[in-house]
Amino acid sequence: MEKHIGEQTVRFANPPTITATAAIVGPKEGEGPLAQYFDVVSQDALFGTDSWEKAESELSRQTIILAVQKANLQLGDIQYILAGDLLNQETGTTFGVRDLGRPFFGLFGACSAIGEAMTLGAMIIDGGFANNIVASASSHFCAAEKTFRFPLELGTQRPPTASWTVTGDGAVVLSAQGAGPYVTTATTGAVVDLGVKDSNNMGAAMAPAAADVLIKHFQDLGIQPDYYDVIATGDLGAVGRDLLLQLMDKAGYNLHHNHKDCGLMIFDREKQDVHAGGSGCGCSAATFAGYFYRQLLRGEINKMLLVPTGALHSVVTVQQGESIPAIAHAVAFERAMSHNER
Amino acid sequence: MATQSDKKQYDEMVKAASPASTVGVNCIKAFLVGGSICAIGQVFYNMFHNRGFAKEDAGLMVAGILIVTAIILTVLGLYNKLGKHAGAGSVVPITGFANAIAAPAIEYKKEGLVLGVGAKMFVIAGPVIVYGAMASVVVGLIYYFVK
Amino acid sequence: MNILWAFIVGGAICVIGQLLIDLTKLTPARILVLFVVAGCILGGFGWYDKLVEFAGAGASIPLPGFGNLLARGVKKAVDERGFLGVITGGFTAMAGGVTVAVVFGYLAALISSPKHKK
Repeated sequence: MEKHIGEQTVRFANPPTITATAAIVGPKEGEGPLAQYFDVVSQDALFGTDSWEKAESELSRQTIILAVQKANLQLGDIQYILAGDLLNQETGTTFGVRDLGRPFFGLFGACSAIGEAMTLGAMIIDGGFANNIVASASSHFCAAEKTFRFPLELGTQRPPTASWTVTGDGAVVLSAQGAGPYVTTATTGAVVDLGVKDSNNMGAAMAPAAADVLIKHFQDLGIQPDYYDVIATGDLGAVGRDLLLQLMDKAGYNLHHNHKDCGLMIFDREKQDVHAGGSGCGCSAATFAGYFYRQLLRGEINKMLLVPTGALHSVVTVQQGESIPAIAHAVAFERAMSHNER
Repeated sequence: MATQSDKKQYDEMVKAASPASTVGVNCIKAFLVGGSICAIGQVFYNMFHNRGFAKEDAGLMVAGILIVTAIILTVLGLYNKLGKHAGAGSVVPITGFANAIAAPAIEYKKEGLVLGVGAKMFVIAGPVIVYGAMASVVVGLIYYFVK
Repeated sequence: MNILWAFIVGGAICVIGQLLIDLTKLTPARILVLFVVAGCILGGFGWYDKLVEFAGAGASIPLPGFGNLLARGVKKAVDERGFLGVITGGFTAMAGGVTVAVVFGYLAALISSPKHKK
């Protein structure tokens, strides 16, 4: 059990390498501050299909294939695909991978999916069960609105705490051999519910889960937040970020200097009318695969902790008056391995 | 496990951290848009009334014109843009009811003409008809026995 | 002059709806239901018609006016048909508006597809 540390953390004995990433996004994301970092910005929100659901599957398919190509691998070299979304029993993902013919684990962690996928993928590789895996997560604004909120043409007003689902997919190829950046540790979150019931305020529902997994991560590894150049949560948005910083202050961890939230990076809140920020499985996945991976490669950052956050409610549970449980997974990346570990 | 006091404490934090809707601005926009829709309705009503249509027929024609206009705006993708700003101003008038019928009909077209358009058309407006019918029966019963 | 009153009263009813949305977290669907039922009850007492006389479309176009229409219809039907009017009055009164909305909503679905929002 020397790989399992403390309560909820693992340290990989042979840290897997990220060999390539791919990020494909929709038109609105292509007008955002991170536009230049995405591999493809599609001007067609339907991605050449005739429904929002098919569009998300096509987005997922294209992104996975592109990531494998960028890794100079063939699909046949990929032993497992681990991917998730939150559309209708994960058909966004499963219809995307159905023609790829590779062994597949469909994961559900709502918008924490990419964290779940990379954690499990890294475990599979470090366990010696695969040389290459792909981790991927997708979301589509229009499909999400239709499934979880209202028809697009309905004249509704969004409250200021609401978020805007990202149309995008981020895919990451993890391999047993390579020159980094490496996946070094991962802390798996527990489901946390502090009683928030407002599905228009998901940042508030998810912030306690992010705080919980961060505290466990620091405790289990005996490190402080400043160990990392960047600690990036998935899609807390403005309200959730504020609450996370407060919760961490209370626990005695100062995140004010190096915390970022993918939901606050992918859109310009002033200009793009997204209220509290971006959200969705694709939010953290595309931001990591597009932006942070390049930052790690270039050495702009050396160590980062990605903490994708997910709200685990459904339309039915909200209508039945239940509160919104949430989850977050922390995955650490380091550009180069320090000597004592290799 | 989060205790009740943890939840209560967090609820206070959430309330403090969540920006409130800009109620004043929203109300002004709702007033202007909602008032304008009603004023337009009144213009048409005066027109029909002056041409000698009976009160109730004129009322139905006005409602019909507003409903058709709202559905055209929905098709053009404009009613949701109006609604984003106007809030209740474009929800509460009869035009909002029309938008609530047309929007899901368009959105669920891919699920077929029967279970998509046919069934989903009332997903938002349906409760209005259900509760309207219930209330009318209650009013009718009371009226029948009291009159 | 009646156009001005229609503007003011219609706008004011919408403001009540906006306050309910912003301050009570009631969803728009619940507010619509509330308004229709309220209009029907006020109409049952004959009070809402006074507002309609005064504000015209300002009172009849917002959804409470739809509720009032139902109340007016059911009372008229009870006068004409007795007890059977309790059953037929409401739907008879809403027939015109609902049919227009259904027919044109259906046509809208036939000719258009949902558009991407930015």
